[in-house]
Amino acid sequence: MYASGKYTSRGPALIPRMKTKHRIYYITLFSVVLLGLIATGMFQFWPHSIESAADWTLDKRSVHDAPLIRLPVSSPIPERGDLSCRMHTCFDVYRCGYNPKNRIKVYIYPLQKFVDELGVPISSTGLSREYNDLLSAISDSDFYTDDVTRACLFVPSVDVLNQNSLRIRETAQALAMLPRWDKGMNHLLFNMLPGGPPDYNTALDVPRDRALLAGGGFSTWTYRQGYDVSIPVYSPLSADVELPERQPGPRRYFILSSQTAIHREYRAELERLKEENGEALLLLDKCSNLSQAAASARKRCYKGQVYDYPQILQESSFCVVLRGARLGQAALSDVLQAGCVPVILADSYILPFSEVLDWKRASVVIPEEKLSEMYTILKSIPHRQVEEMQRQARWFWEAYFSSMKAIGLTTLQIINDRIYPYAARTYEQWNNPPVVKWSSVNSPLFLPLIPPRAPGFTAVVLTYDRVESLFRVITEISKVPSLAKLLVVWNNQNKSPPEESLWPKIGVPLKVVRTKENKLSNRFFPYDEIETEAVLAIDDDIIMLTSDELQFGYEVWREFPDRLVGYPGRLHLWDHEMGKWKYESEWTNEVSMVLTGAAFYHKYFNYLYTYKMPGDIKNWVDAHMNCEDIAMNFLVANITGKAPIKVTPRKKFKCPECTAIDGLSLDQTHMVERSECINKFASVFGTMPLKVVEHRADPVLYKDDFPEKLKSFPNIGSL
Amino acid sequence: MQAKKRYLTLFSAGACLILLFCFGGIQLPLSRRGPSRRDDRSLTGYHPGERWRRFPGSLQPFSRWEEDWGDNHNEHISPRQKRDANSGIDSGKRCRMDSCFDFSLCGRNGFKVYVYPQQKGEKMSESYQNILSSIEGSMYYTPDPGQACLFVLSLDTLDRDQLSPQYVHNLKVKIQSLHLWNGGKNHIIFNLYSGTWPDYTEDLGFDIGLAMLAKASISTENFRPYFDVSIPLFSKDHPRTGGERGYLKHNTIPPYRKYMLVFKGKRYLTGIGSDTRNALYHVHNSEDVVLLTTCKHGKDWQKHKDARCDKDNADYDKYDYREMLYNSTFCLVPRGRRLGSFRFLEALQAACVPVMLSNGWELPFSEIIDWNTAAVIGDERLLLQIPSTVRSIHPDKILSLRHQTQFLWEAYFNSVEKIVLTTLEIIQDRVMQHTSRSNLMWNSLPGGLFTLPQYSTYLGDFPFYYAKLGVKPYTKFTAIVHVVSPLVSQSQPVMKLLLSVAKSQYCAQVIVLWNCDKPLPAKHRWPVTSIPVIVIEGESKVISSRFLPYDTIPTDAVLSLDEDTVLSTTEVDFAFTVWQSFPDRIVGYPARSHFWDGNKERWGYTSKWTNDYSMVLTGAAIYHKYYHYLYTTYLPASLKNMVDQMSNCEDILMNFLVSSVSKLPPIKVTQKKQYKETMMGQSSRASRWADPDHFAQRQTCMNKFASWFGSMPLVHSQMRLDPVLFKDQVSILRKKYRDIERL
Repeated sequence: MYASGKYTSRGPALIPRMKTKHRIYYITLFSVVLLGLIATGMFQFWPHSIESAADWTLDKRSVHDAPLIRLPVSSPIPERGDLSCRMHTCFDVYRCGYNPKNRIKVYIYPLQKFVDELGVPISSTGLSREYNDLLSAISDSDFYTDDVTRACLFVPSVDVLNQNSLRIRETAQALAMLPRWDKGMNHLLFNMLPGGPPDYNTALDVPRDRALLAGGGFSTWTYRQGYDVSIPVYSPLSADVELPERQPGPRRYFILSSQTAIHREYRAELERLKEENGEALLLLDKCSNLSQAAASARKRCYKGQVYDYPQILQESSFCVVLRGARLGQAALSDVLQAGCVPVILADSYILPFSEVLDWKRASVVIPEEKLSEMYTILKSIPHRQVEEMQRQARWFWEAYFSSMKAIGLTTLQIINDRIYPYAARTYEQWNNPPVVKWSSVNSPLFLPLIPPRAPGFTAVVLTYDRVESLFRVITEISKVPSLAKLLVVWNNQNKSPPEESLWPKIGVPLKVVRTKENKLSNRFFPYDEIETEAVLAIDDDIIMLTSDELQFGYEVWREFPDRLVGYPGRLHLWDHEMGKWKYESEWTNEVSMVLTGAAFYHKYFNYLYTYKMPGDIKNWVDAHMNCEDIAMNFLVANITGKAPIKVTPRKKFKCPECTAIDGLSLDQTHMVERSECINKFASVFGTMPLKVVEHRADPVLYKDDFPEKLKSFPNIGSL
Repeated sequence: MQAKKRYLTLFSAGACLILLFCFGGIQLPLSRRGPSRRDDRSLTGYHPGERWRRFPGSLQPFSRWEEDWGDNHNEHISPRQKRDANSGIDSGKRCRMDSCFDFSLCGRNGFKVYVYPQQKGEKMSESYQNILSSIEGSMYYTPDPGQACLFVLSLDTLDRDQLSPQYVHNLKVKIQSLHLWNGGKNHIIFNLYSGTWPDYTEDLGFDIGLAMLAKASISTENFRPYFDVSIPLFSKDHPRTGGERGYLKHNTIPPYRKYMLVFKGKRYLTGIGSDTRNALYHVHNSEDVVLLTTCKHGKDWQKHKDARCDKDNADYDKYDYREMLYNSTFCLVPRGRRLGSFRFLEALQAACVPVMLSNGWELPFSEIIDWNTAAVIGDERLLLQIPSTVRSIHPDKILSLRHQTQFLWEAYFNSVEKIVLTTLEIIQDRVMQHTSRSNLMWNSLPGGLFTLPQYSTYLGDFPFYYAKLGVKPYTKFTAIVHVVSPLVSQSQPVMKLLLSVAKSQYCAQVIVLWNCDKPLPAKHRWPVTSIPVIVIEGESKVISSRFLPYDTIPTDAVLSLDEDTVLSTTEVDFAFTVWQSFPDRIVGYPARSHFWDGNKERWGYTSKWTNDYSMVLTGAAIYHKYYHYLYTTYLPASLKNMVDQMSNCEDILMNFLVSSVSKLPPIKVTQKKQYKETMMGQSSRASRWADPDHFAQRQTCMNKFASWFGSMPLVHSQMRLDPVLFKDQVSILRKKYRDIERL
């Protein structure tokens, strides 16, 4: 004990002073240990590298080399999907566990080739290109685990995307043979083309026990809300064709119908609409004269005229997506990609990802029965709404439709959100395109609350050593009726605050907080001592504000509790010559900031300033010993999207004992520095959040010809 | 030498440790992989721990265009037949709007609701009475069954617990005898309780046929999505209209309250739904997680009493429920016998974020409310994780959850009327699919009941979503001048007003609303302006017509003016720039106030100079065009008729409306007391201001309006907004709005 204690007390500084002999000795010892370490490391990773090498060789061969599994005829068949399945009945949540990242773990079964007793494969396509993409995307994502025991969700490598290519009974048997099948519990199947002729069921016909189904084309009858996931039908054109994003706006055609397999009854109805409305409608069909089958997917015709598909979709405001034999249509994806607003006519269809996507902002859903009224209905939609829908449509495609990866990971995210609902992605995260996310605001304090007067406010005075001035400030503020507490932040580490007996005697509690470092950000720390919502930040030299002015400021803050409410106002301007922002403090008609030398604000912003200030602004302010007030204005405006409120007329903010440093406020260099701050902050925030207004708040009867003694706040604006 | 030894031991010890750790590290994953290997050996060709890798090379696509899309699908049955087949087949338990609802009834007259006439001698609970009167007072009510799209029974179906005194017998027969019943088609049945001890089934005890259910505590299993509506369980004391506000008054930072998680309620020792509450004691820590249960309920609780009962009962009595409710961050809402419980609404109102523990409960209005933004949806199976889950929730999230509880409570739950109207609006949204509310309209302020999609489906057309969308209102306004006296001279105040308003750089158009008995004056008699002046003749010349949502208003903002208003161009400009910051409020000049007259026990109205105000009169005010639409469609005919008959109070009513939507006071701009022309000719009807009756009427109006709104929506403000340099001691040339000071 003694020895080690001595060692630590003397520290590593001893080592360089050792004798050479010893040094060699230790170097040798160290090398041995190092070598040992390397060896163990090798030992640890060796088997793994062998394993992965084996995988690669397997990969280099091909899908055909996947192990062959022969299904006995008598192999068990799962039960048909249970329509009453919900997460709390058919899903084993214990497998997902509680984890700090709130993320489910997904396991993918290795590829196997299932054949029946005669050696006929269960599927005509085997692993499809799209399913390969999907599984690969999952395995590259954070959801993936290769440890089957830690998995919460299992994805079979049996490809059931298209029911047409499947032998139903055998596929079901294959699923039941999966080692972790366990009645389909926690298994997820992806299917895009369900059902088959003649009745085209809206969900996969393969019996699947309790497995979750991510299906394209669910109807309200087959969709198990909160259990299944409705997914889009992937359009291969998404990968083949690149359509540049078009600005929302009017298009050449109003309505376009480009699907080829439209039932003749509906086609007749569309023809009728076309007759009535002429050029506004473009009604395309398959090209009968084109011989090449391959090209037909990319061409559409109207009376012999050939159009390129999907490019033509970009020429129309609305694009019809009618149900075919199935509810889910790949055309929906093409339409969204083109930024055309889908007009969906498919009764009882569950739209893709409708659990999280707000389709009302991206599409028009019309009952099939009202097909004949389509034109009138669409005409009644406001232009700006159409433009928003065009933008939304394109965004949905980019984020959720564009690739099998997007589709697969969105599906997993939805399931993830159900298992960890308290950490779920928000409506805004799902639905707002980046441009809106950037320009919109989402403050957690959004309720229009006018807090009661009674709790009052806490005045926080930041001070260094101007004791005399500080005491005057304290005496002045203590006269304000709604003052609840006074907090002095003593920012001077070299000097102790005056003795308790020397402080002015005031009617409310006075606390002194000593800081560890002389930093400007100390003024915005959310001290536990601040027990009120309202904080008055005030400099230790602001003695010119009257009690009426302060009380009135507090009343105004109560009406605008989510804003900065302050006295001296400032403005930012765009300097066209210099091409950057400029700080302005002269007599201006506008205000975009209030100085925190005297301002009311919510304690929440202290918390934000201390813990949520973007980038390096906080350190930058502390290093430069300037602009903490500008930073606060940026922060508040950025989260609320609102301008500050300047209260009461302008007065001279000069103190009797101003030092040379304070005089700097008028100095040119000071202005330059402040301008720099604005430019710096604007670049960190990536935008200019400050809002300019032309008003200030005064008492209702300010300057009115009315007896002063009857006014609530008579002493306002005196110099 | 001693030092050398010391270093030697130290280094070797260190090396040994590292080596040990390394080997341990190898062993750890091996042991973890153990069981899986054992499991998986049963299957050949299965490699444990194998990573899925992309298969290179070309694979076949999952779908061939020719096969899956190119084909002519005309062979399959006609879509029309398919639709017809849908309707009818899946009756009852699998009803959907497409199959069990007749949309054609709603086509002709829009969404109208009919309530069966009440039979004499039929007993009806107060709650059901409230439901029916809420419907009858709503804008959807029709007394004519021929016009109706939705039918509501006058037979009380709320309580279907056979043991309850409210239970109505022989419902089956009574319903079958209704000649409009039609198998239940287009009917909606309200229900709060169903089933009884011991199994509490969700069967109502009669055949509901094709009718929709608006039911409390409904399970996902029985819930028919997009057909039924899940409503909250409310007590018989739930107010019919108005309703209490939420309790949140402060935003404390940090947001944690005295308790983290609380619950106080009965414990069912046996039977359905008892498991969860019986297990609560596992997470109770009597410090910040306080979950209290009592075994004392029912007559024979002692019979089932278990070992914990005595201690639990003692603890239970130590705490006050209200005190816990107000002082807790989260409130547990575990299922009772039925899935829903009163705790839910209580927690919501108290801004205590509900933590749901009720597996399979279809949450109230789940079709439109995103409950993740206001509650924590727990899983009964994971009860033990609940404390750590709620502790992991970020303070910011707690604040926004808390605010959302308050918003939802006030928007949809605080009165029977709100609950009923929300139910109707949900069904209307299904019927009028292409003019229905988006998720954002339902889940953000001011809520779906105040956001009518018939006005517009575009969020930017409403005054509420500018910040959410990151857009700004249109930068021009339309002035509407309400004219009641004939044109006699060019120097008439209205002429001056027209000229000064039209000069505003922000004015897009002026609309003159001719509500004068005299015929329209010739075109040339109106002043010449650079912007269009449209003259509209009021249809019935009633005062409410000034608030009609005219199609000729091309802007978001409306400047409403009386004919005798005196306003300069500068004042108009300034008011409009202020409005742009507050597009959801009334911004204007003439301010008035209300007060509670304790002696007469009624609301008073004052136009005296006061230190605060709660109304800004529409004689000179800017507000959003949407409020015209709300005034015309949302307010009941009774109030509008009263206003029209008196030709008075329309401005007060508008203030009531806007404040009840925004929950905020209007905004008065700059100093201006004299906004009326005092030199009016005797012939003018504008002299109504001098009429003492006029003032008395306004008192009456205040009280009539307050009773319809169920509470006083007006809010006081103590400040007005002036131009930044208003009356500052600086050269007038520096001031942008210098004319305002000259007045």
